[in-house]
Amino acid sequence: MTSIPRRGLLAGAGSALLGLTLAGCDQVSRSPGVRATLARAEGLTMAAQRLILSRTALAREFTPADISPDFRANGSLRPAGTAYQTLVASNFADWRLEIGGLVERPLSLSLADLRTRPARTQITRHDCVEGWSSIGQWTGARLSALLEEAGLKPQANYIVFHCADRLDAFAEGDRGLYYESIDLVDAFHEQTILAYEMNGADLPVKHGAPLRLRVERQLGYKHAKYVMRIEAVESFAHIGGGQGGFWEDRGYEWYAGI
Amino acid sequence: MDDPINPARLRPRHSLVVRLTHWVNVLVLLVLLGSGLQIFNAHPALYWGHASTFAEPWVAMTAEPKGQGLAGYTQVGGLKVETTGLLGLSDGERRGFPAWATLPGYRSLAEGRRWHFFFAWLFVFNGLAYLAWGLASGHFRRDIAPRRAELSPRHLGREIRDHLALRFPHGRYNALQKLVYLAVIFGLLPLMVLSGLGMSPGVNAAWPWTFEMFGGRQSARTIHFLSALAIVAFVLVHIAMVVASGPLRQLRAMITGGEPPPPVSGAPS
Repeated sequence: MTSIPRRGLLAGAGSALLGLTLAGCDQVSRSPGVRATLARAEGLTMAAQRLILSRTALAREFTPADISPDFRANGSLRPAGTAYQTLVASNFADWRLEIGGLVERPLSLSLADLRTRPARTQITRHDCVEGWSSIGQWTGARLSALLEEAGLKPQANYIVFHCADRLDAFAEGDRGLYYESIDLVDAFHEQTILAYEMNGADLPVKHGAPLRLRVERQLGYKHAKYVMRIEAVESFAHIGGGQGGFWEDRGYEWYAGI
Repeated sequence: MDDPINPARLRPRHSLVVRLTHWVNVLVLLVLLGSGLQIFNAHPALYWGHASTFAEPWVAMTAEPKGQGLAGYTQVGGLKVETTGLLGLSDGERRGFPAWATLPGYRSLAEGRRWHFFFAWLFVFNGLAYLAWGLASGHFRRDIAPRRAELSPRHLGREIRDHLALRFPHGRYNALQKLVYLAVIFGLLPLMVLSGLGMSPGVNAAWPWTFEMFGGRQSARTIHFLSALAIVAFVLVHIAMVVASGPLRQLRAMITGGEPPPPVSGAPS
């Protein structure tokens, strides 16, 4: 039978072609030009979403019955280093949130100070970029009130959140530290808070104690945990890898609304 | 009386717009499928409702110890089967779908998302161009909408028997084909976009109906996955039909436009 070797040849040629195509796809995926082109869609997505999203559009809020009993913790679960362990041991008594950069009046606030500032409680859905969701209740200080108290200078365009955790132990210098940034539209949104409580109790360590950002309407990695310092900047090009956040420096979108 | 030089008769089998949008869609759907599976692999489990119930996914692909090593498993509802080499575990690596099915082949959620969202825009623009042209040119009314007579049980029964016997009528499209195309063009493909938007936290805030219509973001993700499977099934049947009904003639027609089909007796031209 001649058809069998021919079929074998065809199958061989077919799988070789498939292999070449797949290797080609990976080659294409790694090319900087292709990466830059693909990244352009983010601008279109952000423009389209900002068109339909007014600053007042609120993320859906849920009822206490909807709260997830198994809210997943991701990223750092407990920052390493003695500085953070000391803070945990004293229940964050000596912890201060520094608010600086392009502000008129830099602030240094304890947890007790933050609890006296305008607060908001919301039950919202946390959407991880990996695809899962959990629902939790968050109570925290409204970022807009804190920024008004500090007084933003006119050049300030972005708010940067510097965190206590080093998520990439192998990165050089500051490159492994977690940080995030948002623009003023999101910073002044009603649901953007610095949460010190989760589900009615102090924020647990694995969820970012003592303070985590809640910037609803964006993906989970924007919600920086272990926030130590807030900096108002004109541009974030000089911070970390220059893309505006730990995951952004690793290829994820800065505008994480999708 | 039929006019022998009626221009409608001289229309090629497939118009230029149909051919262009068809082949753009082939490329776009391939990229969306591969990058979609890459994204799925970041959390190879599916749930219903607003939030994930991690202990009780309704679909999950996992790798678990078996004997000396690991084995891949796929669980759907109460059913769990070993799928080593394909789902859960392939090439010795824990992953939902294997490397050959994902874009890129190596593991990168960030790059998978970049491909997916870039090509999602192409998919939307291509689809809108096709829809606008299909409405304006009368393509939907003339070629895709079934005629009343075609929907009679007797006619449909005959077409089903003909299909099973691999006998295909030589008109433009037959009634079964029209019904499936209608369901895909106006049902499945828009559902893909809607369930995709249903997963976007930004769009969800502006338009809560995008996730409420599915019963939650996790339901939207599940529907997105199932719709993708349905598109894959459609494409497989579509290709099988092309192969069964004269692949070279069909391919040539979708590239060059092809010959105008012979008039169907009794049907207006």
